[in-house]
Amino acid sequence: MDKVRLQREAAFIRSSLLDQGYLDEQFIQLEELQDNDNPNFVEEVVTLFYTDSARLIYNIDQALLSNPTDFTKLDDYMHQFKGSCSSIGAKKVKNECNGFGEYCEVQNYDGCFRTFQQIKQEYITLKKKLETYFQLLKEAAQIK
Amino acid sequence: MAGGEVLRQNLPEKLEESPSGANELHVLAVDDSLVDRKVIERLLKISSCKVTVVESGTRALQYLGLDGDKKSSIGFDSVKVNLIMTDYSMPGMTGYDLLKKIKQESSVFREIPVVIMSSENILTRIDRCLEEGAEDFLLKPVKLSDVRRLKDFIMRGEVKEGEKRCCKRSRSEDCSPSSMTHPCDSSLLSSLSSSSVLSPLSPSTLSSKKSRL
Repeated sequence: MDKVRLQREAAFIRSSLLDQGYLDEQFIQLEELQDNDNPNFVEEVVTLFYTDSARLIYNIDQALLSNPTDFTKLDDYMHQFKGSCSSIGAKKVKNECNGFGEYCEVQNYDGCFRTFQQIKQEYITLKKKLETYFQLLKEAAQIK
Repeated sequence: MAGGEVLRQNLPEKLEESPSGANELHVLAVDDSLVDRKVIERLLKISSCKVTVVESGTRALQYLGLDGDKKSSIGFDSVKVNLIMTDYSMPGMTGYDLLKKIKQESSVFREIPVVIMSSENILTRIDRCLEEGAEDFLLKPVKLSDVRRLKDFIMRGEVKEGEKRCCKRSRSEDCSPSSMTHPCDSSLLSSLSSSSVLSPLSPSTLSSKKSRL
Protein backbone atom coordinates (compact mmCIF):
# COMPACT_ATOMS: atom_id res chain seq x y z
CA MET A 1 0.00 0.00 0.00
CA ASP A 2 1.04 3.59 -0.67
CA LYS A 3 3.13 5.20 2.12
CA VAL A 4 1.42 8.57 1.85
CA ARG A 5 -2.01 6.98 1.88
CA LEU A 6 -1.21 5.03 5.03
CA GLN A 7 0.10 8.17 6.72
CA ARG A 8 -3.00 10.06 5.69
CA GLU A 9 -5.24 7.36 7.10
CA ALA A 10 -3.32 7.42 10.37
CA ALA A 11 -3.54 11.22 10.51
CA PHE A 12 -7.27 11.00 9.92
CA ILE A 13 -7.75 8.58 12.81
CA ARG A 14 -5.64 10.85 15.01
CA SER A 15 -7.66 14.00 14.20
CA SER A 16 -10.93 12.16 14.73
CA LEU A 17 -9.81 10.87 18.11
CA LEU A 18 -8.88 14.40 19.14
CA ASP A 19 -11.94 16.08 17.61
CA GLN A 20 -14.38 13.58 19.05
CA GLY A 21 -12.88 13.87 22.50
CA TYR A 22 -11.44 10.38 22.78
CA LEU A 23 -8.05 11.98 23.30
CA ASP A 24 -6.98 15.34 24.69
CA GLU A 25 -3.90 17.63 24.75
CA GLN A 26 -1.99 15.21 26.94
CA PHE A 27 -1.74 12.84 23.97
CA ILE A 28 -0.20 15.68 21.95
CA GLN A 29 2.17 16.36 24.85
CA LEU A 30 3.32 12.73 24.63
CA GLU A 31 3.90 13.15 20.91
CA GLU A 32 6.15 16.11 21.70
CA LEU A 33 8.29 13.80 23.81
CA GLN A 34 8.95 11.58 20.82
CA ASP A 35 12.05 12.08 18.71
CA ASN A 36 14.51 10.16 16.55
CA ASP A 37 16.10 8.60 19.62
CA ASN A 38 12.71 7.55 20.97
CA PRO A 39 10.58 7.13 17.84
CA ASN A 40 8.00 4.85 19.45
CA PHE A 41 7.55 6.64 22.74
CA VAL A 42 3.82 7.27 22.38
CA GLU A 43 3.09 3.70 21.40
CA GLU A 44 5.23 2.45 24.27
CA VAL A 45 3.34 4.56 26.80
CA VAL A 46 -0.03 3.53 25.40
CA THR A 47 0.97 -0.12 25.44
CA LEU A 48 2.19 0.23 29.00
CA PHE A 49 -1.11 1.87 29.90
CA TYR A 50 -3.18 -0.98 28.52
CA THR A 51 -1.00 -3.64 30.12
CA ASP A 52 -0.92 -1.94 33.49
CA SER A 53 -4.56 -0.88 33.60
CA ALA A 54 -5.73 -4.40 32.73
CA ARG A 55 -4.66 -5.27 36.25
CA LEU A 56 -6.70 -2.41 37.72
CA ILE A 57 -9.75 -3.35 35.65
CA TYR A 58 -9.50 -6.88 36.91
CA ASN A 59 -9.23 -5.62 40.50
CA ILE A 60 -12.29 -3.44 40.08
CA ASP A 61 -14.26 -6.28 38.52
CA GLN A 62 -13.32 -8.51 41.43
CA ALA A 63 -14.15 -5.83 43.98
CA LEU A 64 -17.57 -5.40 42.36
CA LEU A 65 -18.17 -9.13 42.76
CA SER A 66 -17.23 -9.13 46.43
CA ASN A 67 -19.90 -9.03 49.08
CA PRO A 68 -20.03 -6.74 50.99
CA THR A 69 -18.77 -4.10 48.58
CA ASP A 70 -15.61 -2.35 49.71
CA PHE A 71 -16.22 1.13 48.33
CA THR A 72 -12.93 2.45 49.70
CA LYS A 73 -11.03 -0.13 47.72
CA LEU A 74 -13.11 0.56 44.63
CA ASP A 75 -12.45 4.26 44.92
CA ASP A 76 -8.76 3.63 45.38
CA TYR A 77 -8.46 1.41 42.29
CA MET A 78 -10.49 3.84 40.26
CA HIS A 79 -8.31 6.73 41.39
CA GLN A 80 -5.25 4.89 40.11
CA PHE A 81 -6.99 3.96 36.88
CA LYS A 82 -8.21 7.50 36.30
CA GLY A 83 -4.70 8.83 36.90
CA SER A 84 -3.30 6.58 34.20
CA CYS A 85 -6.04 7.55 31.76
CA SER A 86 -5.19 11.17 32.37
CA SER A 87 -1.50 10.51 31.74
CA ILE A 88 -2.08 9.23 28.23
CA GLY A 89 -4.80 11.71 27.36
CA ALA A 90 -7.65 9.19 27.34
CA LYS A 91 -10.27 11.91 27.79
CA LYS A 92 -13.54 10.02 27.31
CA VAL A 93 -12.54 7.12 29.54
CA LYS A 94 -11.30 9.52 32.19
CA ASN A 95 -14.57 11.45 32.15
CA GLU A 96 -16.59 8.28 32.64
CA CYS A 97 -14.49 7.64 35.74
CA ASN A 98 -15.83 10.79 37.38
CA GLY A 99 -19.30 9.30 37.40
CA PHE A 100 -17.99 6.17 39.05
CA GLY A 101 -16.34 8.21 41.77
CA GLU A 102 -19.59 9.96 42.57
CA TYR A 103 -21.49 6.69 42.90
CA CYS A 104 -18.72 5.33 45.11
CA GLU A 105 -18.99 8.28 47.41
CA VAL A 106 -22.70 7.65 48.05
CA GLN A 107 -22.10 3.91 48.05
CA ASN A 108 -24.47 3.30 45.17
CA TYR A 109 -23.50 -0.15 43.95
CA ASP A 110 -25.76 -0.22 40.88
CA GLY A 111 -24.45 3.13 39.77
CA CYS A 112 -20.87 1.92 40.17
CA PHE A 113 -21.54 -1.32 38.33
CA ARG A 114 -23.35 0.30 35.40
CA THR A 115 -20.80 3.07 35.05
CA PHE A 116 -17.96 0.61 35.09
CA GLN A 117 -19.46 -1.31 32.16
CA GLN A 118 -19.51 1.97 30.25
CA ILE A 119 -15.92 2.67 31.25
CA LYS A 120 -14.83 -0.71 29.96
CA GLN A 121 -16.67 -0.06 26.70
CA GLU A 122 -14.93 3.25 26.13
CA TYR A 123 -11.62 1.73 27.19
CA ILE A 124 -11.89 -1.05 24.59
CA THR A 125 -13.13 1.29 21.87
CA LEU A 126 -10.13 3.54 22.35
CA LYS A 127 -7.79 0.59 22.46
CA LYS A 128 -8.99 -0.67 19.07
CA LYS A 129 -8.73 2.74 17.46
CA LEU A 130 -5.23 3.30 18.81
CA GLU A 131 -4.13 -0.15 17.72
CA THR A 132 -5.26 0.62 14.18
CA TYR A 133 -3.55 4.01 14.34
CA PHE A 134 -0.19 2.62 15.43
CA GLN A 135 -0.45 -0.25 12.99
CA LEU A 136 -0.90 2.18 10.10
CA LEU A 137 2.06 4.25 11.26
CA LYS A 138 4.16 1.12 11.50
CA GLU A 139 3.21 -0.03 8.00
CA ALA A 140 3.90 3.40 6.59
CA ALA A 141 7.29 3.51 8.27
CA GLN A 142 8.25 0.20 6.72
CA ILE A 143 7.71 1.51 3.17
CA LYS A 144 10.68 3.40 1.70
CA MET B 1 29.86 16.00 61.99
CA ALA B 2 32.69 14.90 59.73
CA GLY B 3 30.40 13.68 56.96
CA GLY B 4 28.59 17.02 56.91
CA GLU B 5 31.90 18.92 56.66
CA VAL B 6 32.89 16.97 53.58
CA LEU B 7 29.57 17.65 51.87
CA ARG B 8 29.73 21.37 52.62
CA GLN B 9 32.99 21.50 50.79
CA ASN B 10 31.32 19.75 47.89
CA LEU B 11 28.44 22.25 47.63
CA PRO B 12 29.96 24.46 44.89
CA GLU B 13 30.02 21.38 42.70
CA LYS B 14 26.36 20.50 43.34
CA LEU B 15 25.50 20.44 39.67
CA GLU B 16 26.80 17.30 38.00
CA GLU B 17 28.93 17.63 34.93
CA SER B 18 27.55 15.80 31.94
CA PRO B 19 29.97 14.43 29.32
CA SER B 20 29.48 17.59 27.26
CA GLY B 21 30.65 19.66 30.25
CA ALA B 22 27.31 21.45 30.68
CA ASN B 23 25.88 21.55 34.19
CA GLU B 24 23.19 18.92 34.56
CA LEU B 25 20.40 18.78 37.11
CA HIS B 26 19.91 15.46 38.86
CA VAL B 27 16.26 14.87 39.54
CA LEU B 28 14.85 12.13 41.74
CA ALA B 29 11.29 11.31 40.66
CA VAL B 30 8.98 9.31 42.90
CA ASP B 31 5.71 7.80 41.65
CA ASP B 32 3.89 4.52 42.22
CA SER B 33 2.31 4.60 38.75
CA LEU B 34 4.20 2.73 36.05
CA VAL B 35 2.82 4.94 33.29
CA ASP B 36 3.62 8.15 35.15
CA ARG B 37 7.15 7.01 35.88
CA LYS B 38 7.75 6.43 32.20
CA VAL B 39 6.36 9.83 31.27
CA ILE B 40 8.14 11.84 33.95
CA GLU B 41 11.41 10.13 33.11
CA ARG B 42 11.04 11.12 29.49
CA LEU B 43 9.97 14.67 30.37
CA LEU B 44 13.10 15.09 32.46
CA LYS B 45 15.49 13.42 30.03
CA ILE B 46 14.27 15.50 27.14
CA SER B 47 14.88 18.55 29.35
CA SER B 48 18.52 17.44 29.72
CA CYS B 49 18.25 16.31 33.30
CA LYS B 50 19.84 13.30 34.84
CA VAL B 51 16.96 11.18 36.14
CA THR B 52 16.52 8.59 38.82
CA VAL B 53 13.00 7.22 39.08
CA VAL B 54 11.76 5.22 42.05
CA GLU B 55 8.39 3.73 42.87
CA SER B 56 7.96 4.73 46.50
CA GLY B 57 8.93 7.13 49.25
CA THR B 58 10.76 4.32 51.01
CA ARG B 59 12.90 3.69 47.93
CA ALA B 60 13.53 7.41 47.61
CA LEU B 61 14.85 7.59 51.16
CA GLN B 62 16.99 4.53 50.56
CA TYR B 63 18.44 6.12 47.45
CA LEU B 64 19.26 9.30 49.34
CA GLY B 65 20.77 7.28 52.15
CA LEU B 66 18.21 8.57 54.63
CA ASP B 67 16.59 5.31 55.53
CA GLY B 68 18.51 4.99 58.78
CA ASP B 69 20.67 2.17 57.46
CA LYS B 70 24.14 3.03 58.77
CA LYS B 71 25.81 1.45 55.77
CA SER B 72 24.07 3.69 53.26
CA SER B 73 24.45 6.91 55.26
CA ILE B 74 26.37 10.00 54.17
CA GLY B 75 29.79 9.26 52.81
CA PHE B 76 32.26 10.61 50.28
CA ASP B 77 30.30 9.37 47.29
CA SER B 78 26.91 10.40 48.63
CA VAL B 79 24.27 10.93 46.02
CA LYS B 80 23.81 14.48 44.71
CA VAL B 81 20.21 15.31 43.94
CA ASN B 82 19.19 18.80 42.88
CA LEU B 83 15.44 18.29 42.87
CA ILE B 84 12.91 15.78 44.12
CA MET B 85 9.59 15.43 42.32
CA THR B 86 7.12 13.24 44.10
CA ASP B 87 3.57 12.10 43.53
CA TYR B 88 1.28 12.92 46.42
CA SER B 89 -0.99 9.86 46.49
CA MET B 90 1.13 6.80 47.04
CA PRO B 91 0.45 3.71 49.14
CA GLY B 92 2.35 3.54 52.44
CA MET B 93 4.41 6.71 52.49
CA THR B 94 2.61 9.54 50.73
CA GLY B 95 4.45 12.34 48.94
CA TYR B 96 3.60 14.53 51.91
CA ASP B 97 5.17 12.04 54.34
CA LEU B 98 8.28 11.96 52.18
CA LEU B 99 8.39 15.75 52.07
CA LYS B 100 8.18 15.92 55.87
CA LYS B 101 10.93 13.36 56.32
CA ILE B 102 13.27 15.24 54.00
CA LYS B 103 12.57 18.60 55.62
CA GLN B 104 13.31 17.11 59.05
CA GLU B 105 16.75 16.06 57.90
CA SER B 106 20.17 17.64 58.34
CA SER B 107 20.79 20.85 56.43
CA VAL B 108 22.14 19.31 53.23
CA PHE B 109 19.06 17.20 52.47
CA ARG B 110 16.61 19.75 53.81
CA GLU B 111 17.86 22.16 51.15
CA ILE B 112 16.87 19.90 48.27
CA PRO B 113 13.77 21.41 46.67
CA VAL B 114 10.80 19.06 46.77
CA VAL B 115 7.95 19.40 44.32
CA ILE B 116 4.65 17.61 44.85
CA MET B 117 2.65 16.29 41.90
CA SER B 118 -1.03 15.47 42.22
CA SER B 119 -4.00 14.79 39.98
CA GLU B 120 -6.25 16.52 42.53
CA ASN B 121 -6.52 20.27 42.91
CA ILE B 122 -7.33 20.39 46.63
CA LEU B 123 -6.45 23.69 48.29
CA THR B 124 -6.01 22.28 51.79
CA ARG B 125 -3.65 19.70 50.37
CA ILE B 126 -1.70 22.33 48.48
CA ASP B 127 -1.51 24.53 51.58
CA ARG B 128 -0.28 21.67 53.74
CA CYS B 129 2.47 20.81 51.29
CA LEU B 130 3.64 24.38 50.89
CA GLU B 131 3.57 24.88 54.67
CA GLU B 132 5.75 21.84 55.06
CA GLY B 133 8.28 23.39 52.68
CA ALA B 134 7.39 22.08 49.23
CA GLU B 135 8.83 24.29 46.55
CA ASP B 136 5.86 23.87 44.25
CA PHE B 137 2.73 21.84 43.69
CA LEU B 138 2.09 20.60 40.16
CA LEU B 139 -1.18 19.33 38.84
CA LYS B 140 -0.96 16.15 36.85
CA PRO B 141 -0.48 15.42 34.07
CA VAL B 142 2.81 17.27 34.34
CA LYS B 143 3.78 19.12 31.17
CA LEU B 144 7.08 19.85 29.47
CA SER B 145 6.60 23.54 30.24
CA ASP B 146 6.34 22.71 33.98
CA VAL B 147 9.62 20.82 33.89
CA ARG B 148 11.36 23.55 31.94
CA ARG B 149 10.17 26.20 34.34
CA LEU B 150 11.24 24.12 37.33
CA LYS B 151 14.63 23.55 35.81
CA ASP B 152 15.19 27.26 35.20
CA PHE B 153 14.09 28.00 38.75
CA ILE B 154 16.43 25.39 40.25
CA MET B 155 19.34 26.51 38.10
CA ARG B 156 18.80 30.10 39.21
CA GLY B 157 18.61 28.89 42.78
CA GLU B 158 21.93 27.13 42.40
CA VAL B 159 23.51 30.33 41.12
CA LYS B 160 22.02 32.29 44.00
CA GLU B 161 23.40 29.77 46.49
CA GLY B 162 26.82 30.49 45.06
CA GLU B 163 26.26 34.24 45.33
CA LYS B 164 24.98 33.95 48.90
CA ARG B 165 28.22 32.43 50.03
CA CYS B 166 30.18 35.22 48.41
CA CYS B 167 28.28 38.27 49.61
CA LYS B 168 25.81 39.26 52.32
CA ARG B 169 22.26 40.10 51.28
CA SER B 170 20.47 43.02 52.85
CA ARG B 171 17.45 42.11 55.01
CA SER B 172 15.14 44.44 53.12
CA GLU B 173 15.14 42.38 49.95
CA ASP B 174 14.34 39.15 51.76
CA CYS B 175 10.99 39.75 53.36
CA SER B 176 8.85 42.17 51.35
CA PRO B 177 5.18 41.33 51.95
CA SER B 178 4.27 42.16 48.36
CA SER B 179 6.36 39.29 47.10
CA MET B 180 4.54 36.69 49.18
CA THR B 181 1.92 35.14 46.98
CA HIS B 182 -0.89 33.14 48.51
CA PRO B 183 -1.53 29.80 46.83
CA CYS B 184 -5.21 30.70 46.40
CA ASP B 185 -4.38 33.69 44.22
CA SER B 186 -1.76 31.90 42.19
CA SER B 187 -3.92 28.89 41.56
CA LEU B 188 -6.49 31.04 39.77
CA LEU B 189 -3.78 32.47 37.58
CA SER B 190 -2.03 29.19 37.11
CA SER B 191 -5.13 27.33 36.02
CA LEU B 192 -5.04 29.54 32.97
CA SER B 193 -1.47 28.88 32.02
CA SER B 194 0.45 26.13 33.73
CA SER B 195 -0.26 23.34 36.17
CA SER B 196 1.77 25.01 38.87
CA VAL B 197 0.34 26.59 41.96
CA LEU B 198 3.31 28.91 42.44
CA SER B 199 3.42 30.51 39.02
CA PRO B 200 5.41 32.51 38.15
CA LEU B 201 8.22 31.52 40.49
CA SER B 202 10.09 34.67 41.34
CA PRO B 203 13.50 34.95 43.00
CA SER B 204 11.96 37.16 45.69
CA THR B 205 9.45 34.43 46.62
CA LEU B 206 12.34 32.01 46.85
CA SER B 207 14.41 34.25 49.07
CA SER B 208 11.52 35.06 51.42
CA LYS B 209 10.76 31.32 51.79
CA LYS B 210 14.37 30.50 52.45
CA SER B 211 14.60 33.14 55.14
CA ARG B 212 11.84 31.30 57.02
CA LEU B 213 13.84 28.08 57.25
